[in-house]
Amino acid sequence: MEFIELFEYGFFRNAFSAALLMSISCGIIGTYIVTRRMVFISGGITHASFGGVGIGYFFGIPPLVGAAIFAVVAALTTENLTRRKILRNDSIIAITWSLGMAIGIIFIYLTPGYAPNLMSFLFGSIITVTLTDLLFMLVLTLAVTMFFMTFYRTILYISFDEQFAKTRGIPVMLMNYLLIILVALTIVLSIRIAGIILILSLLTIPQNTANLFTNRFGRIITGSIITGFLASVIGLYVSYLLNIPSGATIIFILVVIYLLGRLLKFITLNYHLWISEKLLKKPGRTGGS
Amino acid sequence: MSKLQLELENISAGYQNKIVLEDVSLSVYEQDFIGIIGPNGGGKTTLLRVILGLIKPIHGNIRYFISRQEIGYLPQVNQFDEQFPITVHEVVHSGLSKGIRTGLLKHKSCNEKIEEILDSVGIHSLRNRSIGELSGGELQRTMLARAIISSPRLLVLDEPNTYVDNKFEIELYTILKRLNKTLSILLVSHDVGTITPYIKSIACVNQKLHYHPSNEISTEQLKIYNCPIEIISHGQIPHRIIKDHQQ
Repeated sequence: MEFIELFEYGFFRNAFSAALLMSISCGIIGTYIVTRRMVFISGGITHASFGGVGIGYFFGIPPLVGAAIFAVVAALTTENLTRRKILRNDSIIAITWSLGMAIGIIFIYLTPGYAPNLMSFLFGSIITVTLTDLLFMLVLTLAVTMFFMTFYRTILYISFDEQFAKTRGIPVMLMNYLLIILVALTIVLSIRIAGIILILSLLTIPQNTANLFTNRFGRIITGSIITGFLASVIGLYVSYLLNIPSGATIIFILVVIYLLGRLLKFITLNYHLWISEKLLKKPGRTGGS
Repeated sequence: MSKLQLELENISAGYQNKIVLEDVSLSVYEQDFIGIIGPNGGGKTTLLRVILGLIKPIHGNIRYFISRQEIGYLPQVNQFDEQFPITVHEVVHSGLSKGIRTGLLKHKSCNEKIEEILDSVGIHSLRNRSIGELSGGELQRTMLARAIISSPRLLVLDEPNTYVDNKFEIELYTILKRLNKTLSILLVSHDVGTITPYIKSIACVNQKLHYHPSNEISTEQLKIYNCPIEIISHGQIPHRIIKDHQQ
């Protein structure tokens, strides 16, 4: 089936829109967490949200709502305990990470019958995205985009040197808490696409791909959005063609794009070296060495 | 008598039940140039952080007679993540940030100021480099530019002479001397000898603070060893010219 014809299907249009929206929010948030070295913290938040999924099943509330509450609480707790240096940062992360998973497992076990869509929470399922999901994603993407556009420099300067930012009167604590909440919400809404286990890839691989070619914060964001979107659409199509899980396929494509990027960088670098060597050897040139 | 800028009264400060500074008092006046020396872990950086309002003292008072945002700050450079994607221009611009309105700073007016400052510390050509591509000395220049761009009234420098070559070190002190005409300077250094020719007074910090006012440094003695910084740092003089602490 041709790629364009797929747009006749509602599920594909939804999936395509979800891919676009999440590429934008993950592109922005991912750049923030990668450059600020908060990837592991984000891993903790992601897995902690599984506790909310379990509680959601047990009490009959939408699992994603439960996940959102758990993710935000885990994010704020991690941030707070890290600031106060009560425990080592990585230990706090490991504890929230496993505690969330534990709560999730217990409550899913206690829920009578079987838990529908459990696998989609763990591994993602972009083709089952509903219009309600899309609406939430749209609101979040707009919020993240507007927040980063308004406070771009503030966020950049805090991320680079928090202490200095404080001396300039920037409300660092408030910004940190707002940002970690946005990180948590972005993670939860991306669960629909990549699932709890695979989500970190959406927040890290596009950024590192973009970072191969630029070292500007803003350009890493743009590059990540483009890479993320490209990979999601290709992944979606490939998963449809080969009838394999979409989330995993998208991540596989992300890594392939990253490796292609590395290869391209390697080739251009060596090409430039080769050119400059050739110029130096050119007869008639004097003074060079 | 020049104006008082800030006053620390019987300050004790530390981290998690560990006292680093005890009963420290210090007054900073306009056009002071105080060298803060002492062993590693003696509390030099903590003192600066208290002054900057980055940590709250456990005991004691600080009184500010200037706004806290009128204090320029150059932190130790080894604390930065070299892979962080930020350019020299952006770093220097962050020195102009003002609270939550940072995002709304007008670019055009800032740019002129940034260009000017970059020129004055000799890194204009590096303005579009990201900080990972800079040498230690270039990074120090960038940080100095960031600290002074807001025209502070007090400049606080934490080990600005680490990772720099001799050439820039002399240049740095020349710049500081020029700045000192209009602002006061607090300079932390682990190396007493290097800074002595330029400072007006010394504060020895090792949990407690001992202040040696300017008249205790014999400028005549220092003039003999005037130019090459290194000779002074290896000589005995710096240890002899200040009085013993009265316990």
